[in-house]
Amino acid sequence: MRVILALAILLLSTPAWAHKPSDSLLSLTVQDDRIEGRWDIALRDLDDAIGLDADGDDAITWGEVRSAQDKIAAYALSRLIITSGEARCPAQAPRQLIDNHTDGAYAVLLFTMTCPSTIETLQADYRLLFDLDAQHKGLLRLIHRQETTTAIFSQESPTHQFTIGQTSMWRQARQYAHEGIWHIWMGYDHVLFLLALLLPAVLRRVAGRWEPAQDFSSAFWEVLAIVTAFTIAHSITLGVATVGLIALPSRLVESAIAASVVFAGISNLYPVLVQRRRLVAFFFGLIHGFGFASVLSDLGLPKGSLALSLVSFNLGVEVGQLAIVAIFLPFAYGLRKSWTYQRLVLAGGSLCIVALACAWLIERTLDLKLIPL
Amino acid sequence: MNGLRRFGWVPVATWLLLCHAPAHSEPYVPADDRQVLERLRVNSLDPAMREIRALRSGLSRDPQNLDVAVQLAARYIEVGRSEGDPRFLGQAQAVLDPWWYQPAPPPRTLLLRAIIRQNAHEFDSALVDLDAVLQIHPTNAQAWLTKASILQVQGHYEEARRACRPLMRLAARHIALTCLSDIAGLTGQAVRSRELLTWAASQSGVPDRERLWALTALAELSARTGQAHAAETYFSDARRVGIKDQYLLGAYADFLLDQGRAPEVITLLQHETRADGLLLRLTLAEQALHLPASKNHTAELAARFAAGRERGTRVHVREEARFTLALLHDSQTALTLAQANWEIQKEPWDARLLLETALASGSRQAAKPIIAWLHTNHMEDTRLQQLVAQFPEEQS
Repeated sequence: MRVILALAILLLSTPAWAHKPSDSLLSLTVQDDRIEGRWDIALRDLDDAIGLDADGDDAITWGEVRSAQDKIAAYALSRLIITSGEARCPAQAPRQLIDNHTDGAYAVLLFTMTCPSTIETLQADYRLLFDLDAQHKGLLRLIHRQETTTAIFSQESPTHQFTIGQTSMWRQARQYAHEGIWHIWMGYDHVLFLLALLLPAVLRRVAGRWEPAQDFSSAFWEVLAIVTAFTIAHSITLGVATVGLIALPSRLVESAIAASVVFAGISNLYPVLVQRRRLVAFFFGLIHGFGFASVLSDLGLPKGSLALSLVSFNLGVEVGQLAIVAIFLPFAYGLRKSWTYQRLVLAGGSLCIVALACAWLIERTLDLKLIPL
Repeated sequence: MNGLRRFGWVPVATWLLLCHAPAHSEPYVPADDRQVLERLRVNSLDPAMREIRALRSGLSRDPQNLDVAVQLAARYIEVGRSEGDPRFLGQAQAVLDPWWYQPAPPPRTLLLRAIIRQNAHEFDSALVDLDAVLQIHPTNAQAWLTKASILQVQGHYEEARRACRPLMRLAARHIALTCLSDIAGLTGQAVRSRELLTWAASQSGVPDRERLWALTALAELSARTGQAHAAETYFSDARRVGIKDQYLLGAYADFLLDQGRAPEVITLLQHETRADGLLLRLTLAEQALHLPASKNHTAELAARFAAGRERGTRVHVREEARFTLALLHDSQTALTLAQANWEIQKEPWDARLLLETALASGSRQAAKPIIAWLHTNHMEDTRLQQLVAQFPEEQS
């Protein structure tokens, strides 16, 4: 008789499964030292585990679920251990709702976990239901700054570890550096200001006349001094404005930047006005820094890693600047003795820069649109 | 929105969900304590469930008791199969947990592990377990029968036949004959197969479940060989046996769909929307009759297949291929699914899906191995032959 009974189990090939196997859906959103959690667990599974059907009528009512909420939270949250580094992150204030999935009603647990410090590595140890249903799975979505990672918990792999900081920090640094480079190239006002200051750097003033610089190193050091002064100055104001110590209206800043370009161009045409261009670079660099800061704030600054994004953005700006210098310097140095350079490039170029910058200045102070750039 | 985004990676599914999502997409707090949120499908007063409860409380007192664990796991598997609910298979596995990961589990555990793995379509590891059982107990009839069944699904007909033969000595005669003739019906001996199955089904004293097996095999054989009238008779005989059987319902619905009897499919399956495979057939019938319900059901199925994919297990590839071809009309994706399915199982329906998707997507090359395979095994199946005839250059 035993053989026949056992045989009755399996005569046909696999049946059409009427249900999904048991899954829970866990979503964790990580921000700094906090985790916002949502955990959907099938009422059927909870009934198997802790008994929801209090009156035994094979129907689970909202009243039955509601009166078991503390039990559900205690049961579920004791089977999910989240640690950040070495420290456990306890769960608080669970709230419960109901949601309907393709295979029936689920309890939705909303909870918050607070870790002792900003989460860098997160370890999740999931033990829900495996003791009752060995094919149960927990489907995890881990969300951090709009990036979603998924993982599946099963009896064979109940723990997963995630690095929250590093990968996204590296990515973030690259992204901000990229924005910095892009901004210096696309912001023609910065490029023109720099070029206006650099144009005479391969020359020197001798008795009221332009003479070519004697050797490459003196030209090089002059360029370096100007670029360094500009960099130090805009880094100071970029930092000061980004952390919020000083806030200037952007129209004022943009107009001042245009004025700085006009001034730099005119000082090439009337060199007597300016003896030390590195001081000009420094002074106006302070203004350009405020311009960079408004770009950075448009990008949106993550609170947790303000310094990182500030530094990477600034580094990007410097890389962009260096690329411009690297193209400009050999070219200008090679041409410095020619009439073309002294008359056409220096004088003509500066004139064009002044003209363009004047247009910007009018546009920005009066809020008009003159040039399609 | 989370729920939607989760399934969003199938654009069609997303579209369908957005337009027709039948269920709540946002969690809510029910207004009334009396609102029923879930009905437990298995009646707790059912004798099988009562037995399960008794065994479960026995096991909780003594979790290492192999006898109780094996009985409980077998009950779980049985209920799981008749209810079509894979949760019970997972519960069976949990009961066997103390032995599951042992390097050499006791043979009784191995046999149940093989059956659980077979149900998860892990055919190869199931066969390894069965061979281990048969090494120790070469007279274990259940192990031979399960082995034959897996090998038949995999299309290894000669090996399947070899696994049926020991049943001549080890089990009742009708079991061995049903095992052998089911395979014979797939390998060019339809006439002989039909005689033997008729004999097996007509024996007095055959337990209901085994009679149901023989009658279902007969009905499917008749349908394959184009004898619609006989098939109809055997299907209704099988349904009169009175055992709830998801497989039989699916096979009968397929027969009715092929006969252009969609309204009967709707009567047959309108309350069977929980089983993916049965909901699929119901939706096909609704589509054939241009009923508006087919839209909602298509969305529901898309969501279920997406949920299955998210879980990472692939038990429903055949159904998904059929769904993708017939309801989403995406023949290219359906072909990929049908090919993946063919790697796992090789029953007539699997061949049919591959040929249909190959035709629909114009990939004649994809049909070649199947056509060769049908020739090799001398499979008699009018549907498949009609499909092959549409690949003229492959006729030989």
